[in-house]
Amino acid sequence: MKKLTTPRIDRCIGCHSCSLACARLVHKQISWDTAGIRIKSSGGLTTGFKASHCLACDPAPCATACPTGAFSYRKGGGVIVKKKLCINCGDCVSACPIDAVFQDHGGAVYVCIHCGRCVDFCPHNCLELEEIETEGSGNEEVA
Amino acid sequence: MIRDHFRVLVVNLSSGKGQIVRLDGRNTEVGGSGLAALIYNTYGLADRPWNHPEQPVIFAIGPLTGYFPLMSKTVCSFKSPYHDQYTESHAGGRSALSLCFSNLDALVIVGKSEQLCSLTVSSRSLDIQDVSFMRGMGVDETGKLLRGMSPGSGHRSIMRIGPAGENGAAMANINVDTYRHFGRLGGGAALGAKNCKGIIIHGDAIFSQPNNKEYSKLFAEVYQQVTATDMMKKYHNLGTPANLQGLNDIESLPWRNLQATSDPAIEKINGERFATDNLLRNSACSGCPVGCIHVGYVREMFDANHRYSFKQVAYDYEMIFSLGTMLGVTSTRSILNILDEMEKAGLDAMSGGVALAWATEATEKGLLSAKETEVTLSFGDDKAYQQATELLGSGSKDFYRLLGQGSLKAAAEYGGSDFACVLGQEMAGYATGEVFFAAQSLGFRHSHLDSGGYSYDQKHSDQNTTGVVDFLIQDEAGRAFMTSMVSCLFARGVYKNELLANCLSSVGYPELAATIEETGVHIQKLRWQTRIATGFTPEAITIPKRFLKIKTWKGPIDPVYLNTLKSEYGKAIMNLAGV
Repeated sequence: MKKLTTPRIDRCIGCHSCSLACARLVHKQISWDTAGIRIKSSGGLTTGFKASHCLACDPAPCATACPTGAFSYRKGGGVIVKKKLCINCGDCVSACPIDAVFQDHGGAVYVCIHCGRCVDFCPHNCLELEEIETEGSGNEEVA
Repeated sequence: MIRDHFRVLVVNLSSGKGQIVRLDGRNTEVGGSGLAALIYNTYGLADRPWNHPEQPVIFAIGPLTGYFPLMSKTVCSFKSPYHDQYTESHAGGRSALSLCFSNLDALVIVGKSEQLCSLTVSSRSLDIQDVSFMRGMGVDETGKLLRGMSPGSGHRSIMRIGPAGENGAAMANINVDTYRHFGRLGGGAALGAKNCKGIIIHGDAIFSQPNNKEYSKLFAEVYQQVTATDMMKKYHNLGTPANLQGLNDIESLPWRNLQATSDPAIEKINGERFATDNLLRNSACSGCPVGCIHVGYVREMFDANHRYSFKQVAYDYEMIFSLGTMLGVTSTRSILNILDEMEKAGLDAMSGGVALAWATEATEKGLLSAKETEVTLSFGDDKAYQQATELLGSGSKDFYRLLGQGSLKAAAEYGGSDFACVLGQEMAGYATGEVFFAAQSLGFRHSHLDSGGYSYDQKHSDQNTTGVVDFLIQDEAGRAFMTSMVSCLFARGVYKNELLANCLSSVGYPELAATIEETGVHIQKLRWQTRIATGFTPEAITIPKRFLKIKTWKGPIDPVYLNTLKSEYGKAIMNLAGV
């Protein structure tokens, strides 16, 4: 099981290439919002940048909050997303303690699925797709 | 965002209302420079002064903004307080993507607010707030407050002006996201004349990706070219400051108000020295993985008990020239300290530094004294320059108010026009020879980036008036298309016409893709016609004697050749504009 991490985010230059790549390649959109990873300055541009993305909580509170099964637990942490089941309630957004789920104006939600397609678009190698241990995880992957 | 017309938001600060306007011309005016000229011709008042309340301040992006790397800049156009003619200034930061994701091709501000105000726009909102409490506030503090007052952290652009813009200084800039600027020719004053202290653009719109495989393939190719090859290395390694040593070596770097073109002291302030001693980190404009912004730091012990404050200042070649070599300041730390004062005041550091260099020589020659300048200016005295910068921004003294209008305006009052380093506006840092001096003097923006004159000088030592004029005119047309896209000009080596055509076709602009060259020529003509309608004549621009008395790698400047070049280039500009 893979997990997106940001071990070298201190190298981030704020180009947003990762967000734009996620929106383009995963969601077929041109946006810096509809992405599983979003970049912000951490209190103004003089203080560097931080990445807002799913940290693969296990169990994931957003999946717990989801009333329709659109978000379900992923083995090893994070969520499996089934867009067709989503009713745009936004409960996952408020359940996430780190603001990792984005909801657009139409109600659709976006969260990192740990696919790693953003990784190659970081010019400073800030991002990494790590293998994570799944043995002993109390949560079963939902097909 | 892909559409066959322009979607423009026109905000009237007098009424507090905005209007979405549809303008045709995607295949002829493209965006950026072309769109800005189109809008000025629609809303501008060519025969009224720059600070007339109805004059527009225009921010325009291009058809590929947000869709391809390095399409990351915005064109700001306005009637300049410097020469009361139409002009453009360009900046990046987050401005371009924020405008794109506000679902706008351009934002236009007309009218004048009764109170000092900030304007916030997004794809779904328009808000004008009274910020009278920010009157006289520095750019840094203004930015901090606007951040706390507005939505969209990370996905917004915060533009603001400092005291210089509020005071109408013709060298006042518009700061964009702390480290970038609409720097030259007084855009800050154009906003200040509207009582507009800040603009926040929150990009919150979402667009569908072009539905074809070619787009994704092309994006990957372009991205690979700008990140994985050496083509862009010079911009993200030492950055533009790498040029300091090279230009000094070929006797083309202005020192101490252009009294010399080379000095061994360059070793103390060259690109290597800045990178080794002061470079804190790099930063990038949104949508550009190159990361050419070099942020330097300085720490100051403000208390003997090892209590420190620290500053982060973005530096480039041009500021090291204008605040370093031009002022005889040869410490990286001192240059950054003066630059920090320029930033706070909201002054264009290039124009401000060159103007202070003139004032210093005028002081040396006895034309000025501390009676006018408040502080005694002498080359190398960084503390005096910090104080003078604050005075220049605040406009609290007659002399500095006049100097803020341009060195030649001050020289007309106090004398010393022969050694004012002005080529249409305060010079850029290239004492490369006759071609550049003619090119900046008559260039559309009086910028070294209007055409490659500075580069031509470094490659040719022969005299060829016809060849030079043809080169300047043709080169400008290509750049006019690039600045209509609006690409960072650092990418001009990547975005050749063939690649641009492919990119345009892939997102749905096949007609534009097929007409790049002629469209560039059309926009070049439109821009010049717009400027000429506001009063431009080549004959009105003179080249001060200082430029005739220097020596470059080619030898002494040839005044006859320079005057011939300027004369013929001026005729060619008027000819292309059909005047």
